[in-house]
Amino acid sequence: MTEAVEMKVSDEIAISIQNMNKWYGTFHVLRDIDLTVYRGERIVICGPSGSGKSTLIRCINALEEHQKGRIEVDGTMLSSDIKNIDKIRREVGMVFQHFNLFPHLTILENCTLAPIWVRKIPKKTAEETAMHFLKKVKIPEQADKYPGQLSGGQQQRVAIARSLCMRPRIMLFDEPTSALDPEMIKEVLDTMIELAEEGMTMLCVTHEMGFARQVANRVIFMDEGQIVEQNEPEEFFKNPKSPRTKLFLSQILGH
Amino acid sequence: MSDTHAESVAFVRETAIPPALPPATVSGPVKWMRDNLFPTWANGLLTVAALYIIYLILSSSLPWLLGGIWNAESLAQCREILQGNSAACFAVLSERWNQLLFGFKYPPELYWRPTLAFVLLFIAAAPVLFFDLPRKLLIFTGIYPFLAYWLIWGGTILTPLIALLGVVVGYLVFNRFVKGSFAAGMFGGVAAALVVWILGGMVFSGADLFSLRSVSSRDLGGFMLNMMLGITCVSLSVPIGIALALGRQSDLPIVKYICVVFIEFIRGVPLITLLFVASVMLSYFFPPERTVDLFLRVVIMITMFSSAYIAEVIRGGLAALPKGQYEAADSLGLDYPQAMRLIILPQALKISIPGIVNIAVGLFKDTTLVSVITLFDIVGMIRGPILASTDWNGVYWELFMFASVLFFIVCYSISQYSQWLERRLATDHR
Repeated sequence: MTEAVEMKVSDEIAISIQNMNKWYGTFHVLRDIDLTVYRGERIVICGPSGSGKSTLIRCINALEEHQKGRIEVDGTMLSSDIKNIDKIRREVGMVFQHFNLFPHLTILENCTLAPIWVRKIPKKTAEETAMHFLKKVKIPEQADKYPGQLSGGQQQRVAIARSLCMRPRIMLFDEPTSALDPEMIKEVLDTMIELAEEGMTMLCVTHEMGFARQVANRVIFMDEGQIVEQNEPEEFFKNPKSPRTKLFLSQILGH
Repeated sequence: MSDTHAESVAFVRETAIPPALPPATVSGPVKWMRDNLFPTWANGLLTVAALYIIYLILSSSLPWLLGGIWNAESLAQCREILQGNSAACFAVLSERWNQLLFGFKYPPELYWRPTLAFVLLFIAAAPVLFFDLPRKLLIFTGIYPFLAYWLIWGGTILTPLIALLGVVVGYLVFNRFVKGSFAAGMFGGVAAALVVWILGGMVFSGADLFSLRSVSSRDLGGFMLNMMLGITCVSLSVPIGIALALGRQSDLPIVKYICVVFIEFIRGVPLITLLFVASVMLSYFFPPERTVDLFLRVVIMITMFSSAYIAEVIRGGLAALPKGQYEAADSLGLDYPQAMRLIILPQALKISIPGIVNIAVGLFKDTTLVSVITLFDIVGMIRGPILASTDWNGVYWELFMFASVLFFIVCYSISQYSQWLERRLATDHR
């Protein structure tokens, strides 16, 4: 591991991961992960496929179980206690590669479901909040449609709005633009940039290096389940230190 | 086009081609007939042959059907009227109408009770089947089973009232404790309901309030019995099937293996064996003076049987859902019951509708199997009291056709409803 670069946006720790290990059966997917995320930080995680980057952020909201080490999110220790897990999931929003909208519910219902049932917010208020965020992702006019009627980019923006409706303090993005046509990537990235400018704590697994340069405070490069290098984006792209990072960057920026 | 190529390979479209109507073609019945009935010589010949066969069938069956005798006291009288002509003797239906519908032991002066229960059934089922109707109607749906029990079996109204009270109290207790943990809610609810039932049974035993003349289960019969068994078993086996399907997916090994063993065992046994167990064997396990009602035993067996099948259909629906749906529900902080109720089951059940309906229709027809354990459902009535009587011995076609028509009406309605439901729930716009 390279020495950790401290780029504090604030002193408040949002996520603290210490010595975290995870296995799939006997396969060691995540090895000795140490990561501290401060409130308001925007972190981009990149790396070759199979390097464990998605698994890492999926461990943060317990979609994947880690076997060793500790994860603390917003002061709550992640354990097998379902109460803690639910508490963390309420505070952490997640956006998936394949959107995972609920196809049997309208856009508006997709956005109000969790606030109503998990946060116990009155339906009316939840709908107002949902419309607010749908306006923010610029698709309020689609509120009564079903996900199947929307384009991929629109669906992903709905997914972002759906997460935001829970008023999360941290947002996780798991390759949010990988399943989109090039034309639609921009609209999703614009939404994410806007979110970043508002000071949301963000962890983003992505290969959009332009986005990383523009938004991230820190870029993390992972390979074979380990954090290989992390640095400010400027430094990271200009002077990658490890040979594996250099190889990776030359491959994805090469064309 | 060739000109463009002659000038240069590069090409820029400057005007978009507007969409145009398809070329006008002949339409109307003549075209339809030409396309569908006589497209080629061979097909034309087949059409003519098919028309001839249809003619043959109708020319022999229509006179039989339309010339049917509706008023006669016995088959012999029917034949007398027909004087050697061949025609149906529907008189058996008009003469034995009540027996076919209600069985031969249900007191005739009480026929209005099951009839009323049948009419009310539509009101009770409506809000469940058509969810655009006001949700308040569901209150009546909740009361209906108890009301129908009282109407059909009679006796004091206290019995169904106590049963209803037990359910309500159980539900309230469940609601109270379920926030702590699901198990606490479940056991608390069941225990509370049992307490109410036992206490109510002790306090009001022998009490006689709003008593209707009571009718025993043995006296039920005819198509009424098929309907009662079908409706009770379908409405019980769907929720039990859902529970079994979810249980089979559970992370808790005990729950999982109970469900797996139950499903695999029940599916491996013919329904008729289960029915014989219900009618004969179970009475060995009870003291002679205390037996469980035969109707209830049959209901339990058919419900167990069909819920195992429904569980497997729903498991297929659950398996068809992408994993992302579970993850999205989890990531939003929904707990297990919420995720299942709001996200997973609505989608899984929608996928399973054709399978569930398939089993419901099969179950409804299988209710005729109770005739082999000496219950007089419609088939039992036909084979037993009606065909065995000297008056109507030998009238097979008319009776079994009538039974088929009744079953067809119900099953076809179920099938049409399910197709409507699928269209109504289609939101994926594939």
